[in-house]
Amino acid sequence: MPERASATTRVNDFTVKFANVNGSGSASANSLVMKAIFRMGVPVVGKNFFPSNIQGLPTWYEIRVTRDGWRARSGHVDIMVAMNAETYARDVREVVPGGCLLYDSTWPSSTLLARDDIRTVGIPLAQLCNENFEGARARTLMKNIMYAGALAALVDLDLEIIRVLLAETFAKKPALVESNMKAIEIGYRYAKEHFDCPLPTRVGRMNATAGQVMIDGNTAAALGCLYAGATVGAWYPITPSTSLMDAFRALCARHRVDPKTGKHDYVVVQAEDELAAIGVVIGASWNGARAFTPTSGPGISLMQEFIGLAYYADVPAVIFDVQRVGPSTGMPTRTQQCDLLACAYASHGDTRHVLLFPDSPEECFQMAVQAFDLAERLQTPVFVLLDLDIGMNDWMAPDFKWDDGYRPDRGKMLDAGQIAALDRFQRYLDLDGDGIPYRTLPGVSPKAAYFTRGSGHNRYGVYTEDAAEYQDVMDRLARKFRTAARLVPPAVADGRGAPVAIVSLGSCDGPVREALASLRRSGIAIDYLRLRGFPFGAEVGEFLAAHQTLFVVEQNRDAQLRSLLVLETAVDKQKLRSILHYNGSPMTAAWVVDGVNSALARGVAA
Amino acid sequence: MSFISKPKVANPSLPRNELGLNRRDYEGSMSTLCAGCGHDSVTAAIVQACFELALPPQSVVKLSGIGCSSKTTAYFVAGAHGFNAVHGRMPSIATGANAANRHLHYIGVSGDGDSLSIGVGQLAHVIRRNLDMIYILENNGVYGLTKGQFSASADIGSKSKKGEANEQIPIDPVLLALALGASFVARSFSGDKEQLVPLIKAGLSHSGFAVIDVLSPCVTFNDHEGSTKSYAYVREHSEAAVAADYIAVQREIRVSYAPGEVLPVTMHDGSKVLLRKLDPDYDPTDRARASAYVQERAMRNEYVTGLIYVDQKRRDFHARHGTVDEALNSVPFERLCPGAAKLSGILDSFR
Repeated sequence: MPERASATTRVNDFTVKFANVNGSGSASANSLVMKAIFRMGVPVVGKNFFPSNIQGLPTWYEIRVTRDGWRARSGHVDIMVAMNAETYARDVREVVPGGCLLYDSTWPSSTLLARDDIRTVGIPLAQLCNENFEGARARTLMKNIMYAGALAALVDLDLEIIRVLLAETFAKKPALVESNMKAIEIGYRYAKEHFDCPLPTRVGRMNATAGQVMIDGNTAAALGCLYAGATVGAWYPITPSTSLMDAFRALCARHRVDPKTGKHDYVVVQAEDELAAIGVVIGASWNGARAFTPTSGPGISLMQEFIGLAYYADVPAVIFDVQRVGPSTGMPTRTQQCDLLACAYASHGDTRHVLLFPDSPEECFQMAVQAFDLAERLQTPVFVLLDLDIGMNDWMAPDFKWDDGYRPDRGKMLDAGQIAALDRFQRYLDLDGDGIPYRTLPGVSPKAAYFTRGSGHNRYGVYTEDAAEYQDVMDRLARKFRTAARLVPPAVADGRGAPVAIVSLGSCDGPVREALASLRRSGIAIDYLRLRGFPFGAEVGEFLAAHQTLFVVEQNRDAQLRSLLVLETAVDKQKLRSILHYNGSPMTAAWVVDGVNSALARGVAA
Repeated sequence: MSFISKPKVANPSLPRNELGLNRRDYEGSMSTLCAGCGHDSVTAAIVQACFELALPPQSVVKLSGIGCSSKTTAYFVAGAHGFNAVHGRMPSIATGANAANRHLHYIGVSGDGDSLSIGVGQLAHVIRRNLDMIYILENNGVYGLTKGQFSASADIGSKSKKGEANEQIPIDPVLLALALGASFVARSFSGDKEQLVPLIKAGLSHSGFAVIDVLSPCVTFNDHEGSTKSYAYVREHSEAAVAADYIAVQREIRVSYAPGEVLPVTMHDGSKVLLRKLDPDYDPTDRARASAYVQERAMRNEYVTGLIYVDQKRRDFHARHGTVDEALNSVPFERLCPGAAKLSGILDSFR
């Protein structure tokens, strides 16, 4: 853990938090600050804490400036930009001793803001806006930009970089570049003239962001869908997955429209509900298009019946579950990893599904592509389990790589020539012993026709209620699932030989890696296994067997990952200790460190 | 059901269509429905329509939900792919399948339980999408497989086999479709092949969503006295407003009709449907009037049959989406993937 120093100079290692009112246009000012730091070559982490609301409720944005390139929240606030009087009390409390609080001093200072162990920077933002800008909306928006200007003085941001960013944002409206820059400069000048600038916590140029982008996981996943050749997307709007389809549509509008005819190489169906969305995906995949749906927990609940059909009838489908806090409607704008079991065993009857666990936007991109390959190779639904933190927050990620030699793996799909060479096509025969049958598409040949049904069927695809015939198909599907364990991305191990290890997945990776560094610095030998897919490969069982104590770090109350490990591996469950974070905020490294340390103090590990 | 399957060897004297196929080439597996079931007559009408249109069997896609009617997709066009979806959700499967390949003939078969209760939401929205498919709703007012419960299309006062009378207002699929903006709305009776076959042919040629409500009596659970969906009742209470004569593209029109009685409608594929108005007051291109007419007749306990409404101008699903002409499932990957060079440009917008 970074040590907390009060007034000592700390360059590129602090957190600034913005407390705003949602719907007031603050997001663009906050992202301007983050981008400016990023462009100064300094790694940043952005976390958005927003309400499920359109206008008027409190919202926060947190930027961690991290010279070491950590990817988690810091868990503390060095500088608070307090723009919402309604939350003054809690915002001021959150600032670390020696930290700084910036507020709008147009009105008499609130007693709530009084704290003698922090620096309080009052800037009459509303007054300055009223003096310099016309119109209520412009004044509100410019107030945001103006605090960004004041902050630029306080943490020493490069105004020229801010100007370039504004010019890019308002490329089509040059007048706005000038008015925004004017607001920046007013804030900047006021802070310089009235306060000691820069603060001890400030930004200094580095060269650590070259070859990196700032991107959210939903956009990255959408990019993966575009590159994988997905042509049909179906969805029902739901936070926090909506931006995935928004991004896919925007990318398609640029890259999938014939410039001459204006015709689209894609279809996006906004369905009436999630039941229909997954139906569209199954229908399109069955008919040979790469199709996907982005959704979240409530959508997964609604899709259960159809997912079972796709499993039982060997139909591919790609589902992105951007997990949010459950149960029920839960907290739609807060993050959790609470759908692991709901997805792994989705639907009634004996069903098990392939899951992928991206830890970052770059893996969202890669795993989106892999999901389509796996769904077609295995002829089964594949879930990509993001969460709100990965999906909607801005992450620094290395440039995505693309191999132009990539071709989609369409799996065992017979073309007209192959069908012609057959005596007879039979849909569900396991000719290769891997549990994966051969399929054909409608429209190709009358010889290739078969009937897809969720009712009992035999290996020829014919309706059956015969005990042996039914069981034969179920056993093949189990065989196919064992094949899947060899095809999903393997777990990644960090370190070996320590008696203790952490097992985790997805967005926990950022905090876990930072925690590992901290624990190892303090002399604790500890290994790490990051799961990337389900069913678990052999390497998972081996890693579990090789460690005496395993801390399973995950973001849900009921230790769902631990349950999955107990159910699906031979591990002795006494060895698995849970470290659970489920309040809806992204986890911090401190949480993991504390969890491990307190368990070790209780003598849990060897 | 019958236990005697007919030999697959066809009588050489059976007429053949342009593809050299006879009617039996459009049959499927043996029906397992009750002897005398109205649905089997609808199946026969579908077979006849596909044969007469000379559709290549593999160009047909058969879709259904769950229920007696939904079983029938196995009983026609054995050379076509079929998809038995989950209960009430066939329209979403049809939407996806059609999105992937716009060039096939999508035939959906559903029932009143599948379409008007559990699936009424999906039916409503596939109508709104104007998906290019024919949707045949085999309507018997009763749940057969679960042994005789009323469905949402049961008429007020209609009695169950046990004598219980329905008191809930029925959902009329024709009125529902008209209200939701369907572009082709018809009603027929499973016992009237003369009317049903041309309607199915016209529906298959229609570019957009064609719904045919086929009153198709359930001989086991809803064919008794007191039922309003029995053979006897439907025969007595049906009244055809408009007869549709289907004229294939290459056939010349030989039949002559008195002027003013016939409304020729040119279908998307160039074929023609001649609408003969049996009631001079009726206008099958006026949605509001059609709706009022059907309601007025329903008040008199009459089922209006025939091609009740048609609108060839409404843009279908793909036209609205601006989809390419070729099937999306056949667009070459090289065209779909922007490639490595463009990726760096895309990534530059995230710095």
